[in-house]
Amino acid sequence: MNQTLLIGIGVVALIGMYFWSLYNGLVSLKTQIEEAWSQIDIQLKRRADLIPNLVTTVKGYAKHEKTVFSDVTKARSALMGAKSLSSKAEASDMLTGALGKLFAIAENYPQLKANENFIQLQKELSDTEDKVAYSRQYYNSVVNDYNIRIRLFPNTLFNEMMGFSEKEFFAANEEERKSVKVSFE
Amino acid sequence: MTLSSAIQSNVTKTYVIMVTFVVFVVLLGYVLGQALGYGNSIMWLAVLFSVISSLVSYYWGDSLVLTLSHARPADRNKDFDLFTVAENLSIAAGMPKPRLYVIDDTAMNAFATGRDPQHAVIVATTGILSRLDRRELEGVIAHELSHIKNYDTRLMAVVAVLVGTVAYMADMFLRQLWWGGNRRDRDNDNSLGGIFMIVGIVLAIISPILATLIQLAASRNREYLADVSGAKLTRYPEGLARALEKLHGDKEVLEAATNATAHLYIINPFKGKNFGAWFANAFNTHPPIEDRIKRLRAL
Repeated sequence: MNQTLLIGIGVVALIGMYFWSLYNGLVSLKTQIEEAWSQIDIQLKRRADLIPNLVTTVKGYAKHEKTVFSDVTKARSALMGAKSLSSKAEASDMLTGALGKLFAIAENYPQLKANENFIQLQKELSDTEDKVAYSRQYYNSVVNDYNIRIRLFPNTLFNEMMGFSEKEFFAANEEERKSVKVSFE
Repeated sequence: MTLSSAIQSNVTKTYVIMVTFVVFVVLLGYVLGQALGYGNSIMWLAVLFSVISSLVSYYWGDSLVLTLSHARPADRNKDFDLFTVAENLSIAAGMPKPRLYVIDDTAMNAFATGRDPQHAVIVATTGILSRLDRRELEGVIAHELSHIKNYDTRLMAVVAVLVGTVAYMADMFLRQLWWGGNRRDRDNDNSLGGIFMIVGIVLAIISPILATLIQLAASRNREYLADVSGAKLTRYPEGLARALEKLHGDKEVLEAATNATAHLYIINPFKGKNFGAWFANAFNTHPPIEDRIKRLRAL
């Protein structure tokens, strides 16, 4: 009688430990995901902040390239207004494309290319592109760890109950980082 | 070897090396004390000395290595690429940004040090910063960050200081015995035999221990592992491969490197020009660059 009681306590303790470690593991991964997400947000904001300056500088030398300016401005405001993960990713890609065009056009204006301010902005922007890409990469790798943890058996049976669900990736275009670089240099 | 087992083995090896060092120095102190007739007093000095230098190597190894290498702190404006590349890759690796230093030397090289990711340092020469483009520099910095993440840097900083200490001690003792021995000769003819015996013992004990320590610290696998995990971080193995090619082509010797710090660098700083190069090759501190490039391109 006493023995079965002890075994019962042992089993309950084991199950308790399983839930304890599952829950804590998922909570800590979720916190990491939130941190990674705020890192992406910081970098996207930093990029958006650099753009008005850039547009003003380029306008001083290439006033008539109106479509490019409006594309960049549109993409920027789309990014600033975006709320959800997927719309942010989309707007960010749009901005990357528009900026690529802007820098391609800058190639035709030697005086602009020699402008101290422009060179500095170009350096900062291409660095920020890298930062966005790398913080995306980190975010996605943490999300991947988290999703795998959730999907594993027997975790998959209980995570709904504890309020954990799979997270969405920040749609990363892996090729983008390299192709954008080429047009920058 | 998986990453977590690599980390575990590095952490264990660090402690093994520190204990070995203490035991070795205490033993040496005991032998010397007995042979020279001072009793156990030298041994107690040795205990104090070895424990202190072990702790110093663990907690201040990074600062000592920095001082030895004549490095200055990096500046965001002056060293923009180094600064931002390290920042970006730390974001990607999810670890704190290491402190950054620059050695003003036209030879191309870089290394990392520090006892854990919270106390890490990356050092690059102005030579490497001026001749690598951003993608290539990313490859190099990612390699160094991997050394930090794997705790290679802890092991290597401890080894650098302790091996340096042993080498310095050996040098000091031998001189001391040589010159001091002659003077003692006049007082006591018998001590001559004893002194030569000690010289023999010191030499016999020091050389294999030095060799083993360095071999433990600098295995070829460590470099390959850092190359691969670095490439995983940048998602662009070609960057590091190109950087290694450029480093390989550079024939300049880095003056700031010493025998004790040589194994820290991403490539052998002596470039086959002197005793240091022979030393480094003999103990495999650096795998052949061609081989590393080939492996990176195969990823």
